[in-house]
Amino acid sequence: MSTPDAGFDPDDDNPYDLLAEDHDAGQRWAFGTGFTDPLEGIDTSVPDGLDPGALVRYCLALGDDALIYSHRLQQWVARLPELEEETAVANIALDLLGQARLLLARAGGIVGQTEDQLAFFREEKDFRNVRLAEHADRDFAELVVRLLLLSTWRLALFESLSAPSPAGRADPVLAAIAAKGVNELAYHRDYAAGWVVRLGDGTELSHAKAQAALDTLWPLAGELFRPDPDAHPFIPGGSAGPAAFDAILDTVLAAAGLDRPTAAPLAAVGGRAGRDGVHTEAMGYILAELQSVARAHPDATW
Amino acid sequence: MVGPAARQAPDDAATAVPRRAPDEAAPAARRTPAYDVAAATPDPEIPTLTIEDLGILRSVDYSPGRGTVVTITPTYSGCPALREMAADVQARLHRAGFERVTVATQLSPPWSTDWITAEGHRKLAAVGIAPPSAAPQRDGPVPLTLGVRPASPRCPRCDSPDTRLTAQFGATACKSLHRCTACGEPFEAVKPI
Repeated sequence: MSTPDAGFDPDDDNPYDLLAEDHDAGQRWAFGTGFTDPLEGIDTSVPDGLDPGALVRYCLALGDDALIYSHRLQQWVARLPELEEETAVANIALDLLGQARLLLARAGGIVGQTEDQLAFFREEKDFRNVRLAEHADRDFAELVVRLLLLSTWRLALFESLSAPSPAGRADPVLAAIAAKGVNELAYHRDYAAGWVVRLGDGTELSHAKAQAALDTLWPLAGELFRPDPDAHPFIPGGSAGPAAFDAILDTVLAAAGLDRPTAAPLAAVGGRAGRDGVHTEAMGYILAELQSVARAHPDATW
Repeated sequence: MVGPAARQAPDDAATAVPRRAPDEAAPAARRTPAYDVAAATPDPEIPTLTIEDLGILRSVDYSPGRGTVVTITPTYSGCPALREMAADVQARLHRAGFERVTVATQLSPPWSTDWITAEGHRKLAAVGIAPPSAAPQRDGPVPLTLGVRPASPRCPRCDSPDTRLTAQFGATACKSLHRCTACGEPFEAVKPI
């Protein structure tokens, strides 16, 4: 098999045998990755002059956005109208879960916790995701409009984080995670934009549902641009800024014939929102589903 | 299969000659016994292709502290195959007599389908999966491709260029779904990234 022209031998390289091979000294943890560190072999020392606390908090914020939103997308699988949309949403959820693993591993490596401990054993008040990530979509229109909002914002953010500017390179690991994510998020945004245009520019009913979805979600989008002091070392000005987001969104809404809502952002609670661990009612239900089995059997292996 | 598989001279800009990783210019220089063992590791999802064909294997070095160090890169952040590949690389090297083996991950630069070798392109086409066109070269913000029909690859069965995209996401993270208008064949393609 080492020469380029060698044929494929199904007996030698049966993928099912490979999957069944024992690579973990007989045990995998039953609920988490059970994997080796996704950052294995990468230099994870914190660069000189960078506040490790800010890096941990910022990686948790971006990791939690991806983890919680991925879980919400996974809940759609087996409920979507077409097989193609099932695979699309499952793929997008998988990409986000991968981003979450890398980001939680980055944060956890600094504070001495694994990605699994962070995902399964933190309490609601310690999750830093924006509230838009935890929203329960009422219908397919909300699914694609929310995906448009979140992927447009995250793509702009990740482009800033991986930009070759000094700020964009403050942490080389975060920059590398973001650079990988850019390629994935570009596909997510195109998928969402295509559907928002199809619904908005479709039938009277699909248009009404798309506009209603946009109106429902709009108050939650304001939080995406709240100033985040932890982001300052990594993004000039502390935010990817609404300009790039607005330009894309306005293009899509114009093509879809949808009106940009004017509703005010959902208020913070005592000045605190998702990044501060203050969540909507939906968050408790997500964590119950996400964490309950791991918490009930923390030592289980298979 | 011979026609499309042998096609190495694409005729439009969308399938121009792929960029190559900088270190691909001199493959002979990096061939060592350990490299050859690692390079033969199959991809768990498309086992006719090796991790070398896919550009996942970045380097094989030796260091006194860590032994044989195999560096691999994930295709997508959530690629579930990476761990299986790492374990398989390790097992193969152990079987070949390399006692101390470290499998390291490399995230930067991010994997690109341009790193799939010419041999990889040939093997993909041979199993009916259209190889990727050149990855988009970006200079500035990622453009929105709204309303632009993405170029659909040639049919791996009949080589017709008259195919259409049926879904941007397929059974694995790296593939999209297409149908040939000429012969009706539904097929997968590796998405340029």
